[in-house]
Amino acid sequence: MTELTRLTAADIAAKVAAKEVSAVEVTQAHLDRIAAVDHAVHAFLHVDTERALAAAKAVDDDVAAGRPAASPLAGVPLALKDVLTMQGAPTTCGSKILENWQPPYDATVTRRLLEAGVVILGKTNMDEFAMGSSTENSAYGPTRNPWDLDRIPGGSGGGSSAALAAFEAPLAIGTDTGGSIRQPGAVTGTVGVKPTYGTVSRFGLVAFSSSLDQAGPCARTVLDAALLHEVIAGHDPLDSTSIDAPVPPVVAAVREGATGDLKGVRVGVVTEFAGDGYETGVAAAFTAAVEQLRELGAEIIEVSCPSFDLALPAYYLIAPSEASSNLARFDAMRYGLRVGDDGTRSAEEVMSLTRAAGFGAEVKRRIMLGTYALSAGYYDAYYGSAQKVRTLIMRDFDAAFAKVDVLVSPTTPTTAFKIGERTADPMAMYRADLCTIPSNLAGNAALSVPCGLSDGLPVGLQIMSPALQDHRGYRVAAAYELARDAAQGGPLINRVPELEVVH
Amino acid sequence: MTTAELMDYAEVVTRFDPVLGLEVHVELSTATKMFCGCSNQFGGEPNTNVCPTCLGLPGSLPVVNAVAIESAIRIGLALNCEIAEWCRFARKNYFYPDMPKNFQTSQYDEPIAFNGWLDVTLDDGTVVRVEIERAHMEEDTGKSLHVGGATGRIHGAEHSLLDYNRAGVPLIEIVTKTIEGTGERAPEVARAYVSTLRDLLKALDVSDVRMDQGSLRCDANVSLMERGATEFGTRTETKNVNSLRSVERAVRYEMTRQAALLADGGSILQETRHFEEASGTTRAGRRKETSEDYRYFPEPDLVPIAPSREWVEQLRGTLPEMPAERRKRIQAEWALTDLELRDLINAGAIDLVAATADAGAPPAEARSWWVSYLSQQANNQGVELGELAITPAQVARVIALVADGALTNKLARDVVDGVLAGEGEPDTVVETRGLKVVSDDSALFAAVDEALAAQPDVAGKIREGKHAAAGAIVGAVMKATKGQADAKRVRELILQRCGA
Repeated sequence: MTELTRLTAADIAAKVAAKEVSAVEVTQAHLDRIAAVDHAVHAFLHVDTERALAAAKAVDDDVAAGRPAASPLAGVPLALKDVLTMQGAPTTCGSKILENWQPPYDATVTRRLLEAGVVILGKTNMDEFAMGSSTENSAYGPTRNPWDLDRIPGGSGGGSSAALAAFEAPLAIGTDTGGSIRQPGAVTGTVGVKPTYGTVSRFGLVAFSSSLDQAGPCARTVLDAALLHEVIAGHDPLDSTSIDAPVPPVVAAVREGATGDLKGVRVGVVTEFAGDGYETGVAAAFTAAVEQLRELGAEIIEVSCPSFDLALPAYYLIAPSEASSNLARFDAMRYGLRVGDDGTRSAEEVMSLTRAAGFGAEVKRRIMLGTYALSAGYYDAYYGSAQKVRTLIMRDFDAAFAKVDVLVSPTTPTTAFKIGERTADPMAMYRADLCTIPSNLAGNAALSVPCGLSDGLPVGLQIMSPALQDHRGYRVAAAYELARDAAQGGPLINRVPELEVVH
Repeated sequence: MTTAELMDYAEVVTRFDPVLGLEVHVELSTATKMFCGCSNQFGGEPNTNVCPTCLGLPGSLPVVNAVAIESAIRIGLALNCEIAEWCRFARKNYFYPDMPKNFQTSQYDEPIAFNGWLDVTLDDGTVVRVEIERAHMEEDTGKSLHVGGATGRIHGAEHSLLDYNRAGVPLIEIVTKTIEGTGERAPEVARAYVSTLRDLLKALDVSDVRMDQGSLRCDANVSLMERGATEFGTRTETKNVNSLRSVERAVRYEMTRQAALLADGGSILQETRHFEEASGTTRAGRRKETSEDYRYFPEPDLVPIAPSREWVEQLRGTLPEMPAERRKRIQAEWALTDLELRDLINAGAIDLVAATADAGAPPAEARSWWVSYLSQQANNQGVELGELAITPAQVARVIALVADGALTNKLARDVVDGVLAGEGEPDTVVETRGLKVVSDDSALFAAVDEALAAQPDVAGKIREGKHAAAGAIVGAVMKATKGQADAKRVRELILQRCGA
């Protein structure tokens, strides 16, 4: 592993701009690293060497010509979750039903990255259609956690977080419907941010649950996440749910947090997210993190959000309901897999055979759940009630944010579990998102920042902020990150075990 | 079904009360589709007016067409509806190959306009008020073309082709409340309602309202209840009703079919039926084993629509003169009797005449053309007057050519025939058919001389001062010039030649 793959995104961009290193060298270093370790990690589903090098070359040309950098991240490599479209590359969503599908258009996030001079290395593995918490639901095989290859890297964005922890990329994009950015971030010792719903365009993000899905930045440092956040966020007329408001000043907030002073900041500890089901090591790391925030000057206040206990069941009605409709389009008629079209079967039969063969078990389970929840006679009891719970959760947040600036909790109740450990028990799998789901239901901002190790495995601290106040969480996270590194002898990510390298 | 299974219409209406419900789908003539920037142009090579959004490609998202909302509100206002202060789109979920997302984005329980009415004038001048339940926005589906079967239907087809040009075209669905108490006039009320609605939409300039092209489609719900009964009977919904005449026929047919079944102790199956234009009958659509559950839920990819009251009032200010008011005004301006006005309306001619007059023709001449010759042509072709392949401007041009003396009335009819046959503008038809009045005297002299030479005895009588005998020569000349000569001038030339 060369030093280049150990650099932060901010450092890479600075060195490229200063001509200390070329973007092509940086990109090549990461491509080499992918070639060396991805056989073990399997973070990527698709790597486009030529295109990445060409993009890097374009940045180098800009630098050589003295043109201003396209963005503060020009020349930095990035791993893109395979749920966002990019022309010229397949978008599979981890599903057989979209194997080899080549989208004819770029997602707005993709376009913004390309325009910013970010070098997209390839597409990362994920639970099929972003449904899962372990990346075991990928039709293309699981991704492994670089901290322990027998363990899951979280999900659904396990490929993106594993790529960061394996130093295959300094930046990644994830999408978070119920925790798919934050939980993988927590269990891989990386930073994952779910921005306020509506602040990052969903155009080109293959929908799982439209009212919950939100793309966001993944990185190894809070500053890198903030820099990436400002590249991808912003109003998009192509997404009707996009908010026409200035991007929250997250980079400035990180710089403010880096002063190490959190005096006057009120931090609420959600009392519901503790007790049975939370691993001792996770609880201990969380408690220590809260103590550290107190030492930084923050005022710690216990806050009760009683409706949060209903978040998980409400989520598992709303998300599958929307998914059952969103995934109806995969019917073999226009693109993707087609099964059974032998000239004797009707279109309906081909649709049915294709969907039976093309979707995995978890996707089918959720389509059935959602179809049931929306059915005549059940709608009010299920979908309707879940929407009411959603309102209650928003009210809990409103009441809490009247008293505190941010809320904190463990990101997920346990550290990375073993591959195969929960595949037979969907409820156990679903509980991984217990603490992350409320922010999706409320549409506000939340992030996960590493807060220590438990038995050698990373633990995440979740920081939740009101809608459009994303910068509050960044400020607290940046201050905490600095104090944590000082207290724990350098960045946690440096303690990832060395991976076996193939030459 | 054979005719023996139908009840005589006179008997139907003595024993049963019909109840109607009409659903009209209107394709808006906006420049772009409902949720994307694709062109909303009828026709075009298959699958050329498409993009990721209207093809429902993974990751694509809808954005509402503001002009479509504006049109929906204007339609709602013209139908005397209340306009919702807040409403949403919903998803109607079902699988069908010509529907790219396998759900239709449509308004469901929150329509943009509701609770209105439309006054409909029947042929004899009776006014019936039809109450409007709602007018809501939705997107159209693509089209399936079933290839290889004898019927063009899906059954027996070898394969199907899909054209998504129409997918995502903005539609307004206008739904009436139940129309009761119309008795034997139910079929006429149905036709008059659709006709009145069509005129209204045309005046609003929001749609092409071409039933033959599907930009205006009517589904007719019909049920019968025994005279004196208080509960509605089971209804059928008849689709594929593609002309005003068909609306009337379809309703009438369903009444006679349902009455025969009921009188026989049978029951009506709640089902979708298809109107067969050729036979004037309806046939059952494919039976579904289970009733469709569309699993409606609010469309999460779109935000609610909350038209401000200021905007609604501003749009109210843009409403044109409504057809009913316009008729009253025209009656006064043209000094028409009630009967003349009704004839004009019944012929579906009033707007055409007005447009022809607007294009410069004297109203009386315009009226004469549309009510007589053109109405005959429409009858012969079995189409509505407005569906004839001639525009008011073209009719006005023909009238002008007659006034100028360039055409005789007979020639003018030939020119109209040419336009109707698709031969182009009136002037083009005159040119290509060679229909100009022969006003060249030297050409006429030749014909006159020839005719005189052919009938020396007649020529002699004229020379003797028997001017009336000239008629035979005029006839011969007109025949020789294929009617292109001005008969009056020919007569003058004959007399001149004969020194009379």
